[in-house]
Amino acid sequence: MNVIVCIKQVPETTDVKINPETNTLYREGIPSIINPFDMYAIEEAIRIKEKCGGKVTVITMGPPQAEACLKEAVSLGADEAVLLTDKEFAGSDTWATSYALSMAIKKIKDYDIIICGKQAVDGDTAQVGPGIATWLDIPQITYVKKIDELKEGYIKAEQLAEEGYVVVESSLPMMLTVVKEINIPRLPSLKGKMKAKNVQVTKWTAQDLGADAKNLGLDGSPTMVKKIFSPPPKTGGKKLEGDAQQMVNDLMNDLVEKQIFV
Amino acid sequence: MALKNIVNTDKCVGCLLCEKGCLFDAIHVVDGKAVVDYEKCTLCGACIQACKFDALKIQVNRVSEINIDEYKNIWVFAEQKKGVLQSVVFELLGAGKKLAQDRNAKLCAVLIGKDIKDEAQKLIHSGADIVYVVDKPELEHHNDEPYAKIMDKLIKKHKPEVVLAGATTIGRSFIPRVAVMCHTGLTADCTSLDIDKETGHLMQTRPAFGGNIMATILTDINRPQMATVRHKVMKELEPDTSLTGEVIEESDITESDLSSRTKVLEVVDELEQTVNIAEADIIVSGGRGIKSPDNFKMIEELALVLGGAVGASRAAVDADWIPYSHQVGQTGKTVCPKVYIACGISGAIQHLVGMQSSDLIIAINKDPDAPIFHVSDYSIVGDVMEIVPLLTTKLKEVLKK
Repeated sequence: MNVIVCIKQVPETTDVKINPETNTLYREGIPSIINPFDMYAIEEAIRIKEKCGGKVTVITMGPPQAEACLKEAVSLGADEAVLLTDKEFAGSDTWATSYALSMAIKKIKDYDIIICGKQAVDGDTAQVGPGIATWLDIPQITYVKKIDELKEGYIKAEQLAEEGYVVVESSLPMMLTVVKEINIPRLPSLKGKMKAKNVQVTKWTAQDLGADAKNLGLDGSPTMVKKIFSPPPKTGGKKLEGDAQQMVNDLMNDLVEKQIFV
Repeated sequence: MALKNIVNTDKCVGCLLCEKGCLFDAIHVVDGKAVVDYEKCTLCGACIQACKFDALKIQVNRVSEINIDEYKNIWVFAEQKKGVLQSVVFELLGAGKKLAQDRNAKLCAVLIGKDIKDEAQKLIHSGADIVYVVDKPELEHHNDEPYAKIMDKLIKKHKPEVVLAGATTIGRSFIPRVAVMCHTGLTADCTSLDIDKETGHLMQTRPAFGGNIMATILTDINRPQMATVRHKVMKELEPDTSLTGEVIEESDITESDLSSRTKVLEVVDELEQTVNIAEADIIVSGGRGIKSPDNFKMIEELALVLGGAVGASRAAVDADWIPYSHQVGQTGKTVCPKVYIACGISGAIQHLVGMQSSDLIIAINKDPDAPIFHVSDYSIVGDVMEIVPLLTTKLKEVLKK
């Protein structure tokens, strides 16, 4: 069972602010990590390999420094790592990103399952996974919290839904996106760390993928960011004073006046 | 390469703002003018945001391959589960109506399912001018593949200008497939929509970085402009049973449109989730400050008095005081109720991103410096064990009147 995991390098915290002087994100000094949801994807892939054999390939698209997150994935147990890095990819939205990743997966060819985290914590779109599946014309199950059954050409999994969960079966090859509930990711082993040190990360450019340049980067992206801004600050934040009963009474008077609970 | 970050040296004053704004150390002021290091530049556009002199631009070569004027009307995907239209659909109709009026266009709903035709009137009473219906036994359960193929087919046939769906599990799963099939842009989880009356460009505003940053996104050269929209943000219209509209049954759905490589075997509704926190108008949440599972009864009682749902922070869930389905925050659910009462929750960023867009936030915590107070409308510094029962008693009094 060969598994491909698509991961993304993101800033370690989402607690980012806009610098009012430059109107850009303060990100200085914030280290980069593997998107937390992708850690569950990597773990699930390794568990599949341990159970069914095969290999795990991790893939990411990003600037050269994104190689670090691929090495980390190898330290956790991934076998091969592919970095898509090229000026042509710069500025890609989810549509163009899923195209580029799907072209890389076509080049890797031999796979049964693709796993992605449910979404990345910087963009929060959850669109790249289903996008990849569509470009590859394979089925998908999103928000998976448990794999019930996995065998040659067949998977049965539980999809987290608003009111509970949905049990879905699918043929292989297919794409999964996973949620936190699915597993508890392991820590890297010493052996894994050694392996990561020596691993040769495969680097592909747009040309290596045979990708159509008009589907890539800023030019190939159907969406464009018009502006970024800070959310309006919360106003009217009121600190209540006095003893407990006093605070509760004051709060209630205010809420009644504003007709909050009526 | 066509793509370049261009410096207009006539306008550049060497003020260094672009250098400060760059996350990739890719732009520097040399001899009083900005110079881009193309090896490092990722075309993120931060320097353009930073520049106050209009001296920077990214040369873009985006060409429209379609005639966008052919695309008309505003569409809403009418999500249903077990034959019941989801409440987000009515919110989408409310938002869509305004867009349709601004564009002098029709508001249309797409209703897909089994034995679902009769629901079309409800959509019309809530503002739809036209309802496209695909009613087939194979479509009983939502299934990404056939639903996406049908949406794609209808979009290519009728050419809408805008397609909206709820940012639900279903919407966020299958709409990205449709966007790839239709070769168009999709913006996730929007919290505000505005349309340019002349050009028809939809300004889609959405939170990123867990709500710390807002971004406005355009799909300027492709159509339809597709967006998923966050639940509980848009306002639904008051249903009016005197409204009339057209119901069109789509007949040219083929077997191959209905075929799927996935199959829904079972839909399991979990009993402990009697109140779905994503749907609730009022949420009372407990955190580490509640100290024990028994004390959660106090939270439940307050929620009961208010007719609200019970939420929890990750700390309370990890301590096994309450099931995961109640968890609010980055790894739990994002909620947007009218009132959110945080009891004994310090407000780690992962929690704040899941609830800070609530209309009104009341926070109770003994630590006056707790971050939860940065986002709350009312701050009560005190012991939750003392405050919450007082609040419950007081509310009972007030609500009785």
